[in-house]
Amino acid sequence: MKKRSVFLLAALAMVLSFSSAITAMAEDIHVGCIFAITGKASWLGEPERNTAEMVAKKINAAGGINGKKLVLHIEDDQGDNTQAVNAVNKLIKKDKVCAIIGPSTSGTSMAVVPIVQEAKIPLLSCAGAAVIVEPASERKWVFKTPQKDSDCVKRIYDHMKGKGIKDIGIISSTSGFGDAGRNQLKKIAAEYGINIVADETYDPTATDMTAQLVKIKNAGAQAVVNWSIEPAQAIVPQNIKQLKLTIPLYQSHGFGNLKYAAAAGEAGEGLIFPAGRLLAVDTVADDHPQKKVLVDYRNEYESTYKDKVSTFGGHAYDALYILTNAMKKVGDDPAKIRDEIEKTEFVGTAGIFKFSPTDHCGLDKTAFEMLTVKNGKFVVLTE
Amino acid sequence: MKIKDYIGIGILIIVIAAMPDLVGNDYYLGVLIFTAFNCLTCTGLCLLMGYTGQISIGHGAFIAIGAYSSAILTTKLGWSPWTAMGCGVLLAAITAVIVGIPTMRLKGHYLAMATLGFASIVHIVSVAAVDVTGGPSGISGIPRLQIFGFALNSDTRNFYFSWGVVVVGLYLAVNLIHSRVGRGLQAIHGSEDAASSLGVNIAVDKIKILVLSAIYASISGSLYAHYVLYIDPGPFDIMHSVLLVTMVAVGGLHNIWGAITGAVLLSLLPEFLSFLSEYLQGIGIRYQTDYDTLIYGSILLLIMLFLPEGLFEGLSRSLKSISGFRGKLAGRSSERAD
Repeated sequence: MKKRSVFLLAALAMVLSFSSAITAMAEDIHVGCIFAITGKASWLGEPERNTAEMVAKKINAAGGINGKKLVLHIEDDQGDNTQAVNAVNKLIKKDKVCAIIGPSTSGTSMAVVPIVQEAKIPLLSCAGAAVIVEPASERKWVFKTPQKDSDCVKRIYDHMKGKGIKDIGIISSTSGFGDAGRNQLKKIAAEYGINIVADETYDPTATDMTAQLVKIKNAGAQAVVNWSIEPAQAIVPQNIKQLKLTIPLYQSHGFGNLKYAAAAGEAGEGLIFPAGRLLAVDTVADDHPQKKVLVDYRNEYESTYKDKVSTFGGHAYDALYILTNAMKKVGDDPAKIRDEIEKTEFVGTAGIFKFSPTDHCGLDKTAFEMLTVKNGKFVVLTE
Repeated sequence: MKIKDYIGIGILIIVIAAMPDLVGNDYYLGVLIFTAFNCLTCTGLCLLMGYTGQISIGHGAFIAIGAYSSAILTTKLGWSPWTAMGCGVLLAAITAVIVGIPTMRLKGHYLAMATLGFASIVHIVSVAAVDVTGGPSGISGIPRLQIFGFALNSDTRNFYFSWGVVVVGLYLAVNLIHSRVGRGLQAIHGSEDAASSLGVNIAVDKIKILVLSAIYASISGSLYAHYVLYIDPGPFDIMHSVLLVTMVAVGGLHNIWGAITGAVLLSLLPEFLSFLSEYLQGIGIRYQTDYDTLIYGSILLLIMLFLPEGLFEGLSRSLKSISGFRGKLAGRSSERAD
């Protein structure tokens, strides 16, 4: 009997929750968000979710979109492709949103691209890989706000050229981010007359890269590029120090998290990497057009959530403002929003956006600033 | 086949036929399509685990083989999806034989560890063999399935097709269970020595059933690839293999209908939880998605504590005892209550 009453109670609870009725007002504007709030990429999704909620609150406090309330439907895909597909279907078919922000990772973004293309709903991805929006002719409804990995590579190669470096070794992690970067490094090298003499990879959970670095050293590389977004990348500078290698180390924009600099410790001092200006906002020149946006966003985020600002939240910030600016002009018709975004110019946290029918990212290599680590902090590289 | 199974399949067909009208929203059909893929794999897994008693924590690998065969052959070599799916099935079957010959000699935990190792190897290959599998960046642009020029381009069509495949798979599995071979397999589960002494060729039968369940998984993987149109190594990791085993165990190992019940339940649970979270947010309680794991665990714990034979058997037994209890109240004898 006791067991049975437990089940009855459970059944009752289920029935009650099914009777939920969440009715939305017809005149509200519905926007969907898909972030990896929990799971293996939660360090991306959490600041994105926080930022989206913060910005939506601010927009609504300032009168919403032409007097209509902005309603965000936030879904958690847990960094999982199947969940992301379900979430996009839900947002489009059940919540009837007019545009979607996210997902957070390149894999989940690629998994939902066919759906939004078919449903003709604009998607503003917060993930890095350039393939999400390229070629633009096949990605009519897809945009993205983070800088492209190809531009990051160009900044690194520019810097190398200035230093007279020709032969390099690359080391990347076997994740979506690392793999996409590795492909771009190899693709763009010839254009800059750079010669890749060693091409090594490591598992995102690896704890020692000495073997790979010895190979790079023996191949006669003049510099090393380490491409990863996982904590494991902080081990590379330490291994380099242990091997007493004196060649310069370049990191990707995936290094843009102060925790990684802290993990690398003393070995991380002086390494070079391109990143958005948000991380080194205090050392950005006062007359730079992005300065005000960056300072405002950082102060607002850090005072609201009592946590360090990250570039990832910035991608959601840019996406939501680009979207709402477009909606203020053309209303909530998905096709009109899409056309409007394609014409948008916007000063955001990631850079100065200039979208066009052939460019659905809108950022070029000037969105990156070369940064370095000095006394455990990120500062703009001046040489 | 028993009359009960015919009735079961009949009811399933009616439910499937009525479903698109019942749910009224294509979004739910999308969720049910993924449910169908899980049902298909779990049917094969149940034959292996429930009826033959061989545990496998590596079925995600067979799904991956099917999915990657379909994706690679259609996008890179331009093959027809059906030929590619056939190749996937063939490849999965061959892999199952190669893996099966050494591992099927193992028992219990050792067998579980061996299959886990196999799943891990396939996952690493899918991540690291960048030139073939696309690595972590995956493969996009997979074409849709077409049946005689009739493209599966809507959720309703995909829904009917994938559940149609499940029904066929289920029919074949139920037929097998009640055949001579099926009885042999159940004898292996009971006692390998006894089965062997009665003339069941246990070594060959175990590999045969592993091959069959690998084929189910491979087809489910191919269907996944042609529905989502993009694959990367993510959906085929070890956790997915573990989830499949959980589905079969929750529903009931010893009954194919239990496996289906478990697959449906655990595939729909995330949807139910998101429904619950919306309801709680609606009445002003902040729901964190982290709670999902907690609820998930509690459900598993409750089932293991109160219904150790699985949901399907456990619930049908409870129903019987309730009706027996009522019968007693009505003054009838309670012979049926056990």
